[in-house]
Amino acid sequence: MNMNITILGQSIAFVVFVIFCWRFIWPFLIRAMRERQQTIADGLEAASKAQRDLEHAEARAEEILNEARAEARTIVDDARGQAAQMVDNARSDAESERERILKAAQADVAQEVNRAKETLRSEVASLAVIGAERILEASIDRDRHEALLDQVAAEL
Amino acid sequence: MAEDAAGYIKHHLTNLTYGPKPDGSWGFAENAEEAANMGFWAFHVDSIFWSVVLGVLFCLLFRLAARKATAGVPGGLQNAVEMIVDFIDDTTSSIFQHTNSLIAPMALTIFVWVFLLNLMDLVPVDWIPWVAGEIGIHYMKVVPSTDPNVTLGLAFSVFVLIIFFSIKQKGIGGFVQELTCHPFTVRLRSPVTWIFIPVNLILETVTLIAKPVSLGLRLFGNLYAGEMIFILIALMYGGIVLSFAAGVLQWAWAVFHVLVITLQAFIFAVLTVVYLAQAHDVSDEH
Repeated sequence: MNMNITILGQSIAFVVFVIFCWRFIWPFLIRAMRERQQTIADGLEAASKAQRDLEHAEARAEEILNEARAEARTIVDDARGQAAQMVDNARSDAESERERILKAAQADVAQEVNRAKETLRSEVASLAVIGAERILEASIDRDRHEALLDQVAAEL
Repeated sequence: MAEDAAGYIKHHLTNLTYGPKPDGSWGFAENAEEAANMGFWAFHVDSIFWSVVLGVLFCLLFRLAARKATAGVPGGLQNAVEMIVDFIDDTTSSIFQHTNSLIAPMALTIFVWVFLLNLMDLVPVDWIPWVAGEIGIHYMKVVPSTDPNVTLGLAFSVFVLIIFFSIKQKGIGGFVQELTCHPFTVRLRSPVTWIFIPVNLILETVTLIAKPVSLGLRLFGNLYAGEMIFILIALMYGGIVLSFAAGVLQWAWAVFHVLVITLQAFIFAVLTVVYLAQAHDVSDEH
């Protein structure tokens, strides 16, 4: 336990080590640590920003989805209305067509009947003439009684 | 046996001393008395050797980590080193509020270096002296912090820094004023209070000197006591029962000592920072 020059040697060693640490150790380690802290802080910041963005995007997506749903509903309702309209139109068209066709058919029938009546009338007239000729033989003058025969045929 | 034990203890507490011999030549002291008679110009080769080796170990280890330091994912060494650096940085910045880039690295150096010096205490007391004896070195005190020269050398380096930064921050006038105008207030206008100047100077000088002395002696005392207990436990070995008891005791004391050496290193570093913070405080009130 003698006090001697060792104390000075130790002081010199201390100064050397402190200067070495001060110049060549501490700044490098502290810089790396600060940089890493910054990186982590930035990362956390970015993560929370991404989280906020995600929430925002989800809200936006929900909004768009709702809009689309509403639009789809309107389109379906419109289409349904249009379809009903078209069915109605088709029905009324078909009905008027039916009327038209019926009327035409009735007109045709009436015409045919008339034509048949006409034919029948003329046939009956000639038959009556033939019958009368046969009954009366030559007693009846065809030219003289023509008017009378036509009158008879018309009354049929 | 008592003589042997005393000799054993004395042998363990004697440094390998190199210095001027009575006949004027320089050489290693052959025994404790000769070492004591060598006076101031002798030096303890073992203390200097181990403290320099451990200091270099600290520098290499931390320099290695510092060179490879990356802001990315740190490796094992960098992790360990960063843990210590971060711890010291936190402690320092909470105590030392001024701007001085030297303080934190110095605290780191003191903490790790003193820890390593103290750590030598956990090496069983006879191992290194036995190896040294085998290669012809008869005295080898391996724990540098059980040498008051080492601890006071550190403490007085800190003391020089205290004086340096006090003068740098406050000027010589400010420093002198701090030494003379506290704790009793001295007023320039009332000459009666001037009699306090010498009283204050004595009190403040004692306070100032007490800082490095307590710093150095605290570390020395703790480690010297711890080392002494290890030596006494080592004396117990002999016979199965006693050897077993000694083994258990040595283990228990070593476990306890792990706490002591870390704590002492930390106290030394923190008190250094505290003293230097006080040196930087311009309006020191106490």
